[in-house]
Amino acid sequence: MSFKKSYEEINEKIRKGKAVVLTAEEVSAMARELSPAEIVKRVDVVTTATFGAMCSSGAILNFGHTTPPMRMERITLNGVPAHGGLAAVDTYIGATSENPDNIKYGGAHVIQDLVEGKTVELEAWGKGTDCYPRKYIKTKISLETINEATLFNPRNAYQNYNVATNTTSKIKYTYMGTLLPGMKNANYSTAGELSPLLNDPEMRTIGIGTRIFLGGTVGYVVWPGTQFNTSKEKNQFGVPMSNAATIAVIGNLKEMSAEFIRAAYYEKYGVSLFVGIGLPIPILDEDMAHRVSIRNEQIETTILDYGTAGTPVLGKTNYAELQSGEISINGNKVRTAPVASLQKAREIADLLKKSIQDGKFELTAPVAIFPTGTSLKKLFETEGGER
Amino acid sequence: MIEVTRRYVMKFPPDSADKALTYKLIKDYDIKFSILKAEVRPGRTGSLLLELEALPENIQKGIEYLEANAVICEPLGKKIKFEASKCINCGNCTGVCFTGALTMDRERWKLNFEPELCVVCELCVPACPMNLFDINFHEEEPEKIAVGN
Repeated sequence: MSFKKSYEEINEKIRKGKAVVLTAEEVSAMARELSPAEIVKRVDVVTTATFGAMCSSGAILNFGHTTPPMRMERITLNGVPAHGGLAAVDTYIGATSENPDNIKYGGAHVIQDLVEGKTVELEAWGKGTDCYPRKYIKTKISLETINEATLFNPRNAYQNYNVATNTTSKIKYTYMGTLLPGMKNANYSTAGELSPLLNDPEMRTIGIGTRIFLGGTVGYVVWPGTQFNTSKEKNQFGVPMSNAATIAVIGNLKEMSAEFIRAAYYEKYGVSLFVGIGLPIPILDEDMAHRVSIRNEQIETTILDYGTAGTPVLGKTNYAELQSGEISINGNKVRTAPVASLQKAREIADLLKKSIQDGKFELTAPVAIFPTGTSLKKLFETEGGER
Repeated sequence: MIEVTRRYVMKFPPDSADKALTYKLIKDYDIKFSILKAEVRPGRTGSLLLELEALPENIQKGIEYLEANAVICEPLGKKIKFEASKCINCGNCTGVCFTGALTMDRERWKLNFEPELCVVCELCVPACPMNLFDINFHEEEPEKIAVGN
């Protein structure tokens, strides 16, 4: 009979301060000596983490009502357009929204400024109605002055991601960083064996309601992320070899820290937000112990040419090679660089580990598990070609 | 005494074009030098990134000689500003740094920055998503206003 543990048994150990918690890198090292059957008996929780640019992020804000009240239909924060189609004084500020007068400053910077306690200029326009007569306001807000501030990111923590290189003769500026001509560099973004969704590739323990570390505080997985794709080809070690599943996450922006929520600007691309996510994985049975034991050399990913339309596939590599600083693409030695911070991801995995060891962070069973058999649709044009 | 290698950014005044300043560095101070980057704009200042290789005392004398001739000499490290405290160690800058001045420490995954290896290509400036690099190779002078119109 194989060894099994329930969430409640693990949480009881956490409450007593007796839970054995390792980071995903630590358990991968342990797995060189021990089998999954031994690991499930010794380890209760494995912490995973990532700290990378996640464009599909943003914050829901409620400003509070003015006197007389106003139905804000067009809204800017420090000049950055925020959504006006959300009742009277609610908005969603998307991380990649940009100030048209200063495209290097966007929604991500507004979010970071708010997190850092700075005041932000709110400007809003409405047509004026009988119940919301006010038509214009210009004022200053901060996290202290407004009602709710909730980070809600529709697509984060991609399960694996492509490596980007550029075979053309021109420099390419992308969200995967600056790609030099003639395949002189190759950039990758996933934290390898520390990456959350690669440690539970079938999403057995990650679902709706999973409690996580988000931006320096407690957050939750609320839904499968957009573009959630379980149909990507998996390798012999059970992990998808390109970008596959994602998670939608939520948390209280007022409790977050700019250590783990950082605005970014990519030359000739635009604004994005670095988000710190830590995800604990309960070692319920041998299968989970086996999954978290995965090592960098077993996690493969696909190399794409970001310089060419359609991003053609150039080959495959793995995270041991990527982290070594050089990969081989069709016989060419190419220098690699990460574009997400493994140092920060490790810091998050360690912080989450400590919270669990100290009995401050208990694990949650998913309220509902994620769908399987999902794939992506393309957007087709019905009204003629590009103008 | 052993020879050392030092990199300097030198700003030459507009009227220096007819002086054999760098020749003197070789002949009188026995300095080997390589020009790593040059921006010469006739009638205005010129900027050079020079790598000097010589005995330390000769480098010092050479620099004193240039400074006596109105050349502004600054060690390369002083021309590159990097806000290390805001760095998140993402690694984006290491992807474009072909000289190896910016590399990742592959144990701790922190950024290593060795300004002495920099050739002021300035690719890291736009590559850093946190905008932490500020390289001032040549100070832009305000455009001269044309007389008459």
